[in-house]
Amino acid sequence: MSDLHTELKKSIIEQLNLEDMEVSEIENDEHLFGDGLGLDSIDALELIVLLEKDYGIKLTDPNQGKEIFNSINTMADFIEKNRVR
Amino acid sequence: MEGVAVTGMGIISAIGRDVEEAHFSLKIGKDGISYPDILSTIHQNLPVGEIKLSNSELSEILNLPEDHAYTRAALLGVYAIRELLENSGMERFPGDTGFISGTSVGGIDKTEEHFYNYKENVADRKYIQAQHPGFTTEKIAEYFGINGMVTTISTACSSSANAIMMGAQMIESGKLKRVIVGGSDCLTKFTLNGFNSLKILSENKSRPFDNEREGLNLGEAAGYLLLEAEDQMAGENILGRVVGYGNANDAFHQTASSENGEGAFNAISRALKKAGLSASEVDYINTHGTGTRNNDLSESVALKRVFGDHIPEFSSTKGYTGHTLGAAGAIEAIFSLLSIQNGKIFPNLNFSNKMAETNLAPVTEIKSKHIETVLSNSLGFGGNCTSLIFQ
Amino acid sequence: MSIELSIINSVTIRDSKVYKNGQLIFKSEPDLVISKFLKGIYRDQNLKYPKFFKMDSLSKFGYLGVEILTNANIQDKETALIFANSASSLETDEAYARTMAEFPSPSLFVYTLPNIMLGEISIRHQLRSENIFLVSEAFDPALFIDYSRGLFQQEKADKVLCGWVNLHNNEYDVFLWEIARSGGIDFNEEELKKLYLPTHE
Repeated sequence: MSDLHTELKKSIIEQLNLEDMEVSEIENDEHLFGDGLGLDSIDALELIVLLEKDYGIKLTDPNQGKEIFNSINTMADFIEKNRVR
Repeated sequence: MEGVAVTGMGIISAIGRDVEEAHFSLKIGKDGISYPDILSTIHQNLPVGEIKLSNSELSEILNLPEDHAYTRAALLGVYAIRELLENSGMERFPGDTGFISGTSVGGIDKTEEHFYNYKENVADRKYIQAQHPGFTTEKIAEYFGINGMVTTISTACSSSANAIMMGAQMIESGKLKRVIVGGSDCLTKFTLNGFNSLKILSENKSRPFDNEREGLNLGEAAGYLLLEAEDQMAGENILGRVVGYGNANDAFHQTASSENGEGAFNAISRALKKAGLSASEVDYINTHGTGTRNNDLSESVALKRVFGDHIPEFSSTKGYTGHTLGAAGAIEAIFSLLSIQNGKIFPNLNFSNKMAETNLAPVTEIKSKHIETVLSNSLGFGGNCTSLIFQ
Repeated sequence: MSIELSIINSVTIRDSKVYKNGQLIFKSEPDLVISKFLKGIYRDQNLKYPKFFKMDSLSKFGYLGVEILTNANIQDKETALIFANSASSLETDEAYARTMAEFPSPSLFVYTLPNIMLGEISIRHQLRSENIFLVSEAFDPALFIDYSRGLFQQEKADKVLCGWVNLHNNEYDVFLWEIARSGGIDFNEEELKKLYLPTHE
């Protein structure tokens, strides 16, 4: 697991107030929404803020989020390709 | 049971500074949407329904001393109630008049303006109390010497609709004879940034009920009605009546509406039941219709559930004013009463294509029609849904 | 035409203590930060509702108060909610305002309205009943009494949950009670003040 994966898990747990959740409990390919981690639409918006704040990536169309936020893997891939910091 | 009569109204919004100006704009299809001039914000690309009067201009019109602590929402509220008083034919409000005002942002405008100055600037400290949402209501009451029951409702975008409902309820239960009801909300950086972070603001003029709608425009307004027990009126003319009201929670999400429009469905059903009317007796619906993907679909589904294949003619007037949050229910109540008085359906602006999911079309050209009964919806964050029926 | 109504249950949360019907049911060490105090109540009550952790403190107080008041079970889905406070959602307004300069936080913004608490309670108990949130300078028994009487008179509800849930500058004052047509203490200003005040003494 890359540092980025771990870093993402940490900030998701912290930013989205996932109480009692440990980094080791989130699988890289687990769905973040729906059956997986059970995030909701407000969490998705908060993830958009996270992308901008931590990695300088601005999502203009919130619908893009659906694919990017599928799992930690998809998020990490997207960040690697697009990060400006 | 006593009837609840509307005997006065006053409004200021982006489409005019009084009822007559608003009516004129509604008739000719002229919206009040512009880029922000008065509100200082980095979001110059976001259209808003702004009232082009600065706080100092408003203060001057209202003859307020220079060092007053009125928030913008209070200034707008006083402005609108001055008109209401005038057209009720009364010289001043009798001592037993109640005042129920809805707001969502209250005095937050003053807070953000002075937030960083409080420590250094003693003169600005008078605004610290202004962030109390009740403060705006108190200031308005103070201006008019209202010392009956005075209260503030904070239920987001249905605040002033709930003020009308609560006022009508208080009159029917005999608790009050006369009550000023409505709401006031101004544009703020607070709400503009907040709605923007929810990705529900459109960079173009809002297009309620259109298949390609992309979000709402925020607006600012104050609107108030004078409600009186019909057998104990002090006002001179009856402009209309509140005959039904219903409130329900959507119980789905903090801000989003449910797919099946459960909250709106229940609110409309309750309002019809309260009015003793069947669905087929509604002549026109002034919808909530904000122009967001979520609201307009959910509200359309609710309409289909209540009215089946016979949905009355409907339009959203938010294309004119923007979404004025806590004031929306009250200004749309005034528009609904104007529809009844003048036999006109005011068009839903910027609509071209029906939503694929529901295939419903609002009225898009001004239309003359004998209108007896209007349903007005206000659906707020926190799932708070209110429907009012006017005759 | 005055209806007789009864207060059948009440809860107060004040000074690091939780009381139900006058009995102390939970106590934490004084001056604990609010988030820890709230989590303490949640654990003590054995609640399992992950959404709790996403709420702002005001909603947490409302949610916890209702769980305790109703033993986490509201059978009558027409039960109406009449809530009020004096500070609105100021605590969260300020937290959100601090994020505004750089990255306005959507998850904070959604809680910048006090009636979101009623939304949370309604979601938890699947209530599609009448809701109102009033803001008044101080606890005002008459306001609750007038509003609830109206609901009972119009037969809109057989049960009403009332709440004064105030939070600002880390000070909280929470008082909830349940009203029915009969079966408890008379619902009037005097009794309500008595229930609200004792722990202030």
